[in-house]
Amino acid sequence: IWDKNELRGGGGPEQNGHPPATRPAVQEVEEDEDEEMTLKYGAKHVIMLFVPVTLCMAVVVATIKSVGFYTRKDGQRLIYTPFPEDTDTVGQRAVNSILNATIMITVIIVMTLVLVLLYKYRCYKVIHGWLFLSSLFLLFFFSYIYLQEVFKTYNVAMDYFTLVIIIWNFGVVGMMCIHWKGPLRLQQAYLIMISALMALVFIKYLPEWTAWLILAVISVYDLLAVLCPKGPLRILVETAQERNEPIFPALIYSSTMVWLVNMADTGGPRRESAEETQEAAAPEPAESPPPLSSPQDDGGFTPSWVSQQEHQLGQLQSTEETRRQIQQMPSARPPAEEDEEERGVKLGLGDFIFYSMLVGKAAASGDWNTTLACFVAILIGLCLTLLLLAIFKKALPALPISIFFGLVFYFATDNLVKPFMDKLALHQFYI
Amino acid sequence: MTAAVFFGCTFIAFGPAISLFLFTIAREPLRVIFLIAGAFFWLVSLLLSSLVWFISVQISNKESAAQQKGLLIFGVVLSVLLQETFRFGYYKLLKKANEGLLTLSQEETMPISIRQLAYVSGLGFGFMSGAFSVVNILADSAGPGTIGIHGDSQHYFLSSAFMTMAIILLHMFWGVVFFDACEKRCWWAVGLVVIVHLLVSCLTFQNPDYTATLVPAYVILFGMGVWAFYTAGGSLRNLKLCLTCKDKDFLLSNHRPR
Repeated sequence: IWDKNELRGGGGPEQNGHPPATRPAVQEVEEDEDEEMTLKYGAKHVIMLFVPVTLCMAVVVATIKSVGFYTRKDGQRLIYTPFPEDTDTVGQRAVNSILNATIMITVIIVMTLVLVLLYKYRCYKVIHGWLFLSSLFLLFFFSYIYLQEVFKTYNVAMDYFTLVIIIWNFGVVGMMCIHWKGPLRLQQAYLIMISALMALVFIKYLPEWTAWLILAVISVYDLLAVLCPKGPLRILVETAQERNEPIFPALIYSSTMVWLVNMADTGGPRRESAEETQEAAAPEPAESPPPLSSPQDDGGFTPSWVSQQEHQLGQLQSTEETRRQIQQMPSARPPAEEDEEERGVKLGLGDFIFYSMLVGKAAASGDWNTTLACFVAILIGLCLTLLLLAIFKKALPALPISIFFGLVFYFATDNLVKPFMDKLALHQFYI
Repeated sequence: MTAAVFFGCTFIAFGPAISLFLFTIAREPLRVIFLIAGAFFWLVSLLLSSLVWFISVQISNKESAAQQKGLLIFGVVLSVLLQETFRFGYYKLLKKANEGLLTLSQEETMPISIRQLAYVSGLGFGFMSGAFSVVNILADSAGPGTIGIHGDSQHYFLSSAFMTMAIILLHMFWGVVFFDACEKRCWWAVGLVVIVHLLVSCLTFQNPDYTATLVPAYVILFGMGVWAFYTAGGSLRNLKLCLTCKDKDFLLSNHRPR
């Protein structure tokens, strides 16, 4: 979450297409109107974010509760979390999970740095191809597995021919909607679906303590990477500003016309894909699994990839907001087509994924109270983040507050509220 | 237990609340946000009271059933008091936020009135309270089993659903009355709301004697409903105009011909 103006070196308040110095007179009026409109538009955009986040969480929770595959531990792990958690002692388990989380976060940091470097040296084609290949993999392979498990759960007899036709159509339409043009609602639906699929993969393949640690560490990393002056994400943002390019419209959920995103971006989405394809390519040749872990299940979709999204996306979210505020201010310049795009809100898919992962894990533990508590906590965190953005108008990360609330409420509800409510329900006491 | 029980109980418990949400709150983003914030405040109050109860259980004698029940009753009373405290806290927060917004925007009117906030926050409290009370029970009712096989009451699900509906609507009425009383500084009304809440919760101690629990609860619900109606500015005349579709203000604001 970042303010374009601040990075340009200060100057006057945000102006719509004019350098700050030229319009001092209308400054105050614009600020007042800005505040009022900020509130009205702010609330509308918060809701425009609430709805897709809620839908994604609903899909994940529904799947977790009905399809047993995603909660079953088959003993397989990602190559990024090689240490097992079914050890003899609690201490050993803690050490293993810390090591796993460390490996994961190191991978993420490295990937982010590679991303920044690729962006700096303008390797846009590499990134483009990578992103294309990774979303291809996600839309075909993971959704095939998902469909397979759903059929198994409901004991539906299905022949391969029909299945191939379904998956083919699903995948191709998805690729078109996400990377090219398509109806807005369809594109939004696809983005929600792939976020849900990623969250489900994480829930299945990350061991218990590792997953919670990773959530916590990712939030801290997000905070540091965005707020520290030498943070990679901040550097990324500043570079994009210098080049006057929109940052990473890739893999963002947008609530308005998205074809403009493809028009506007030159290198954004492509960047991410570079990483993913390289990641995906690497495990493929190394098919013989080392004794401790099996890489087959890792589709090359490193969580690092998605976390990068959310790093950027956290910023993107605010970027669009500040741009929207600017667009709403009166200006002599006729509104560009980008106005429609700016009026909407954009949220990173990484945020979707980690929020859904948290709520999905709460649902997997079996209790609906915990799930509801985490859901409300995450929504309130999102609200607060947007409020802070409106107040500070400065670079802020999108994950930490929500994940922090989510974690606090998960553990508190699971350990404190659950026994209390269970006892109350037993006696049918109402509070 | 069948799908009929599951769907029936769900709709009994949440029907009125969800209809209220869909017709009055869903279209206004600001109201939805304050609803969720209200739910969050209720959740925090529950968390605190669970923490206190949990600690008290850990230091108590776990073998004695009477002591455990006593602790549970203590937990219920504490929870009710904390809920009302948090309702007051939420009121204070909303007042401050509204004042801040007014000074910032320099407009004459607030984007959302304190009465709407009272309604929305009450409903938020109600949603969360109802959900926490009944969702696990509903989930169980969709699964296999026989209710009351060990001699307990057969009407467990149904009575839970009805009680939940009463609680949700009561929270909404309490919210309206509470905020209005705080605005007008009549603390006796605030105290009365707290006492009524305590009364309703203590009535449930008589479960599974459902006639002694549900009937008074619904009587109280009706009474609170009437009180809230008058507090919100309703009157018999308004009601008559509304029901016969002659209320000009309402029709004008909804752009409908008479």
